[in-house]
Order: sequence, then structure tokens, then C-alpha cells
Amino acid sequence: MTRTAVRCEHVRVERAGAPVLEEITFAVAAGEFVGLVGPNGAGKTTLLKALLGLVPLAAGRIEVFGRPPGESDGIGYVPQRHAIPLAFPASVADVVALSRREGLAPFAGRTGRAAVLRSLDRVGIAHLAERPVGRLSGGEQRRVMLAQALCADARLLLLDEPTIGLDLPAEHDFYALLRSLQQELGLTVIAVSHDLVALAGECDSLICINRRMHVHGQPAEVIHSHAIQEAYGCEFDFLAGEIARHEGAPHPRPSRPTGP
Amino acid sequence: MLEYAFMQRALAAAVIVGVVSGALGFFVVLRRLAFMGVGISHSAIGGVALGLVLGIHPLASGAAFAVAVALGIAFASGRAGLDEDAVIGVFFSASMALAVVLFSLERGYRPDLFGYLFGNVLAISAGELWGLAAAAAAILLLLAATFREHLFIAFDEELARAYGSPVERMNALLLVLVAAAVVVGMRLVGVLLIEALLVIPAAVAALWARNFRGQLVLSVALAVGSGALGLAAAWALDVAAGGAIVLVAAACFFATLSLRRPQP
Repeated sequence: MTRTAVRCEHVRVERAGAPVLEEITFAVAAGEFVGLVGPNGAGKTTLLKALLGLVPLAAGRIEVFGRPPGESDGIGYVPQRHAIPLAFPASVADVVALSRREGLAPFAGRTGRAAVLRSLDRVGIAHLAERPVGRLSGGEQRRVMLAQALCADARLLLLDEPTIGLDLPAEHDFYALLRSLQQELGLTVIAVSHDLVALAGECDSLICINRRMHVHGQPAEVIHSHAIQEAYGCEFDFLAGEIARHEGAPHPRPSRPTGP
Repeated sequence: MLEYAFMQRALAAAVIVGVVSGALGFFVVLRRLAFMGVGISHSAIGGVALGLVLGIHPLASGAAFAVAVALGIAFASGRAGLDEDAVIGVFFSASMALAVVLFSLERGYRPDLFGYLFGNVLAISAGELWGLAAAAAAILLLLAATFREHLFIAFDEELARAYGSPVERMNALLLVLVAAAVVVGMRLVGVLLIEALLVIPAAVAALWARNFRGQLVLSVALAVGSGALGLAAAWALDVAAGGAIVLVAAACFFATLSLRRPQP
């Protein structure tokens, strides 16, 4: 029997008394890669924060690995972030180690240091371990945040616009890496993105919300559904054209970087 | 100068205060809490005034007041949803106003008051020195035990919260530690100047070192060095020790600014 990693039932979140999310109901199986899409202001980030237990529910129920949000271990989070401050005084390895309870070198112990190096190796940036984190490129910084999430022994990864600001090849690189990590480690992944088509090419299922649940299903079904056009409030031709453009000219899938 | 017992005690106090302010100053600068430090240290004047008027030891009343103000700022800014700057401004000016009113009730010159405002390290007793050492040890232990949490919060508060850090409690603890450091430094440089030791060495260290380990070591070394050099200068020139210590630290800052090229 497939285990459920995340279950949302009739979730309602309010801000200043007004609903930001309402009647959100879905379930994500363990090991599934789910894309969470919707137009601007749809409540995607709020939903991720609700899964993390960072915003209170006005109604409904959320379970993550059978426990209330915020009480379950093994959740890695990659927040929406444009850039790490240039002068932040920590190395890549230090920032990755922040998500572990053992602490920072030289007090992290052998297990902690090994976990940091393993996480960096998995995302292909072990060679950057001692570099100041603020001096990395945007794409490298996203990998640092991914390594930090893996270093927390995550079983569930929640990613909020992880490819924002990246160019197309870097975006495809990132999703390909995420997909291979998800398959290799058996992770459950929920990724928020504005790039519906890029995400649809990698995930097992898509959830589309716009303050309320619109559709949840396999990417091909969702993309061609009437519900997604309702959620985005745009004509079918526009979405179909975008999809045809991407399907007609697939982007090369660069191989996973392995470092020097 | 070290043949005199009072100078030995003064130097020991300068080292203790330097270690505490240098280490804690790293987070004051990293988390942009300089104005918070000013607010807390100046608020302690209200506590000192209360102590002097009521006959309580001014260090004890100053400490209680500074900690209460630190927690009050944390609570009020969270509850009222106001910017911390505005809340600090209210607490800071209210405490200063309380001090002015209380001192106006006292008739005559109060030389002991100036000792708390500008420091009087040469008058520090052996008992006070042991008290400083114990308070400094407690501050450093608490800071070391929660270092990862504070660095994580400085990196990204929401991310730290997502990974289970008790952000509100850590923020309140940091303010309490700043308040405690103000009290520890009160006898060395006074409440009006202690903020300088919390900010200047850490700011200079941030200009030279890229990693927090280097910044911490350099910040502590600069704070201790400023204390020792300032004391020596005060002895040689027969000037106030507190002011001399802060001027040495400030000279390091301006020298760094003139030597360092702007970062890209």
C-alpha cells in the first residue's frame, strides 16, 4: 500500500479575516514529485508555509507523515529567495550545516561533517564547500539551499520557486538534479513554480490552485484541462501555444554536474 | 602601571568586557541591532537613577531595568506590529526621561552618577571583578550554546523557523544578553559608551574577515586590545579611561576605512 506523505483536508487559511486559501484538499503519496502551480497571488507560498506549520489554519486539517505540520521531522525547505547577501560571513559548508542540530565546525563532530559533505556531493558542489556562500552564482546558491535541505535528512522537500531568476539551461539542470535526487533517495517533493511547462515535464502530478483547489492530476491531463484555464483566467489557445512551443523545441537536458 | 592593584583589576575588567562585547558584538552588527543596543544601554540609565534614588545597588537596578526594557521592546514590537526602531525610540526616551526626573529630585552633585554614565574602572573592587567574571561566563556560555540558532536566524529567520528554531525565544535571549553585556561594561566605559564596544570591534572585524570564525576572533581581539591600549593611554595622559578605550576602538575603525578598498 502506498504511504501518504502529505494530506490536506478542507484547508482554509485567513489573513486579516479574509480567506487566502479555502477548501484545499489533496493527498501526496510518499516518493511522489508534485508540482504546485497557480497564478500570482494564488496562495502557493502560503500553502507551503501551512505545510511547514508556519501559518495557522483557520479550518481544515494537514498531516505530514501522519503528524500535524511543524511536528514532523525530515522536512527540507528551499524558500523563495533572490540572493544570499554578499557579505554573509559563512562558507557553503557552514550554511549547509545550519539545518543540522550537531552545530557548526569545529564542533559538528564526524557525523555532522560527513553529512554536510555528502549533501554537497549529491548536488554537485562539493568543490565549493569552503567558498563564501554570498559569492556564488544564483544557480550555485540554489544548490546550496537544496544541499541544506538534504542535510536535514529530509524525506519531504518543499521548494518555493527554486528556479526563479535562473536562465533556461540552469532551470532544466536544477529540475533534472531534483528529479534524480528524488528517485535516488525516494524523496517526496512538492515544488512551487510559475514555469508550468518546465515543471510539468519533470513531475509525477500537478496541483493547480487559485485560492481554492482547481485541479490535481497527471501533468498532461492538468495542462490540457479546462480547470487550469479557469485558474489562470486565460484562453485555452495561450496555454496550448506555450505547450506546443515547448514540446516542439525541447530543451537539452544537461547531465548532472559532478564537480571538478 | 601594573604594579598598582587597582590597575591590575582595571586591566582584568577590560579583558572580561572585551571578550563579552567582542563576541556579542558579532551578532549586534550581523543582525543590525546597533540601534537596539543604544536603546537598551541608554535605558539602563533609568535603572541606575532608580537605584541611586532608592538606595539599591545601581548595577543591580540598572541590570534589572535593562533586561526589562530588552524584553519590553521584544514584546511590544511583536504585539503592536510596529517597527522595532519606533518601539526602541519610545523605551529609550521614556527611560532617559525617568532618569532626568529622578535626578532632578536629588539635590546637589552626584559624582557616583558620572561613574555609571561614563565608567570608573579604576574604582572597581575585587568583589565587583568576580561578579563581572561570573556574569561574563554566563553570557558567553549562553551565546555558545545557542550560536547555531542565532547564525541561522541571521541567515534567514523564516528558514530557521521552518527547521524548528525557536526564533522568538532566541531573539528575546539575544536582547537579554545585550542588556547583560551593558551591565558588565557599565563600570569600564559607562552606559553611554558601552554601545561603542558592542559595535566598533565587530564592525572592524566584518571589514577584514569573511568567515564568522575569523570575525569573532578579530572582534574579541580588537575589543580586548582597545581596552588594554585605552587604559594605558588613560594612565599616560591622565584622561578618563572609558573615553580613551572607545577612542582607540574608533581609531581602529577609521584606520580600517582608510586602508580598505571598497568591496565590489
